[in-house]
Amino acid sequence: MSIPKETLLHAYRTMKTIREFEERVNAEIMNGQIPGFTHLYTGQEANAVGVCAHLDESDTIISTHRGHGHCIAKGAEVSGMMKELFGSSEGLCKGKGGSMHVADIDKGILGANGIVAGGPPISVGSALAAKIRKNGKVAVSFSGDGSVNQGTCFEAMNMAVVLQAPAVFVIENNYYSEHTSINYAVGCDDLKARTEAFGFPVFVADGADFFAVHEAAGKAIAHARAGNGPAGVFAEQGRYHGHFVGDPQAYRAEGELEDLRENHCPLKNFRARMAETGELSLAELDAIDAEVMAEIEQSVTDAKAAARPTAEQVTEDVYIQYSATA
Amino acid sequence: MPEKTMRDAINEALHQAMEQDDSVFVIGEDVAGCSGSAGDVGAVGGVFGVTEGIYHRWPDRCIDTPISESAIVGAAAGAALVGMRPVAEIMFADFIGVCMDQIVNQMAKFRYMFGGKSRCPAVIRFSSGGGFSAAGQHSQAMYQVMTSFPGLKVVVPSNAYDAKGLMLSAIQDDDPVLFFEPKILYQETADVPDEMYTIPFGEANFVREGDDVTVVAFGQMVPKAAAVIDALAEEGISCDLIDPRTTSPLDENAILESVEATGRLVIVDEAPPRCGLTADIAGLAADKAFSSLKAPIKQVSAPHSPTPFSPELEAAYLPDADKIMAAVKATLA
Ligand SMILES: Cc1ncc(C[n+]2csc(CCOP(=O)(O)OP(=O)(O)O)c2C)c(N)n1
Ligand SMILES: [Mg+2]
Repeated sequence: MSIPKETLLHAYRTMKTIREFEERVNAEIMNGQIPGFTHLYTGQEANAVGVCAHLDESDTIISTHRGHGHCIAKGAEVSGMMKELFGSSEGLCKGKGGSMHVADIDKGILGANGIVAGGPPISVGSALAAKIRKNGKVAVSFSGDGSVNQGTCFEAMNMAVVLQAPAVFVIENNYYSEHTSINYAVGCDDLKARTEAFGFPVFVADGADFFAVHEAAGKAIAHARAGNGPAGVFAEQGRYHGHFVGDPQAYRAEGELEDLRENHCPLKNFRARMAETGELSLAELDAIDAEVMAEIEQSVTDAKAAARPTAEQVTEDVYIQYSATA
Repeated sequence: MPEKTMRDAINEALHQAMEQDDSVFVIGEDVAGCSGSAGDVGAVGGVFGVTEGIYHRWPDRCIDTPISESAIVGAAAGAALVGMRPVAEIMFADFIGVCMDQIVNQMAKFRYMFGGKSRCPAVIRFSSGGGFSAAGQHSQAMYQVMTSFPGLKVVVPSNAYDAKGLMLSAIQDDDPVLFFEPKILYQETADVPDEMYTIPFGEANFVREGDDVTVVAFGQMVPKAAAVIDALAEEGISCDLIDPRTTSPLDENAILESVEATGRLVIVDEAPPRCGLTADIAGLAADKAFSSLKAPIKQVSAPHSPTPFSPELEAAYLPDADKIMAAVKATLA
């Protein structure tokens, strides 16, 4: 299947944006500029971008604690996200949520989520709405290899089958949940088979390869959109950073990180493929790189200059309307 | 006496309890760490390091789990029901949202529903509270909510010394105990004896003694209130500072006796105000010490809002020295 040039350009730009966003966030955390708990997506860019390439603004995604990549891929504005991470009142969530709660409902981003497996049930609700409205929309939830062991995830998968809702479960195996290996935490040998046993097809992809994820996600999303009930995507690709910034990563094998960065890089793979097929020129890709770097730099400059929240804002937005008299 | 952090004090209590009683075991996410990996299994000891080293001594009794809070609490409850003394870790108190049923409908009620014929000596540990810019799902105190469930004992230490003695009591206790560790205090130090000792539940600590105002504070609010009271002492105002240490059972007598002597009461907690501990204790005093009161009771709490992310917002959200000071002075106005 050939992918239109515009889609390729957009995919590369988005992966590069995620990469540079995360690397810069890492640096700003080290500088003490970004407070709170932040989890970086570097290395897994192809998953978010390969999936979201099939979605428009009225399809929904729901993300995880490692949410920046998913949000960017679904169209969240980078500068609003950066401001949010810096805790500005001009941030996407007015500084109320931070990294773990980036959301943009208008763009179909139902939020990053600080509760592991908090998302899948909510995604089933969005899928159910699409089914009731018969509007052909799908609802995608992202889950990690650790998240899939949570009861809420099992419940959501089963209920999506029972309701035949257009829910797409994207499982990102980055081999660890915090410090615990998937080899320990997933009791069976075959997570794909375990997921399929709920009663929906799961399409597997190499998460370092945008084209593989794009193809697998295309099948899953087409299946759900066509009214065949839920579907899954299972993508394997390690994260380049620790679980959090400062994680000593005692769980890694020797040479594991070097191998990941060297031999499992979605950006390098994408460039290599373009060099082979000639669909995009290296000059085009280099130009995107430069633009992205400038955009990220600008987003940090803007975030540092952005307005800070004030004490009165603490109690705003708890409700739409609360007291009958207020 | 050696100085230890609250983290180390709890860690020492766990080591000593495990040494003494082989029915004690710890279970939770990454309480050993790196399980199943090619790396260094046991290297983590919980994300806050509270169970550090336990795996290396007792690999069979330091059990990593999948991310499955309901099953973790349920497994602790079940093991306790058949005679073990599990100490389960739920990484953040906010995750009670995931395992609420196993706590409140299951372990809290076994003994009563079974006509007094069971014991469930499980301890569930939680990191708790705000101050980390960790936003709405990683900052809640939660102990005030859990205090309302009969059948649970609820512990909130405010310093390393109490944390060790209360943990050893919790493990020996035959009822289910929820143990909330204010995470902002993990690195705070106190003199902590090397030997084992216990602190009974339902016995408040008088952190400061004075005549003018009674201040009751919980968890991370105790050191904040103590600093305010020390500043007030320079102005000639003296306060009792009561740290109940356990919210269930609650040392009602200590609070009432103090209020009867001072006639003024300020209660400080980091949680939102509705149905919380400040209202609970205000109700207690209004009910049982009304005639001693010389001024309206003052409650200092977070507002009725989730915990915000931005540091400026969180600083405005959590009770601070200014708010505590203003409340104490208001009772004297
Ligand atoms: C209910 C709940 N339990 C535990 C945590 C702490 N926690 C945050 S991320 C994480 C690991 C998640 O692993 P995985 O699903 O594989 O996602 P990854 O971090 O690898 O992207 C854990 C245990 C949490 N946030 N929520
Ligand atoms: Mg993972």
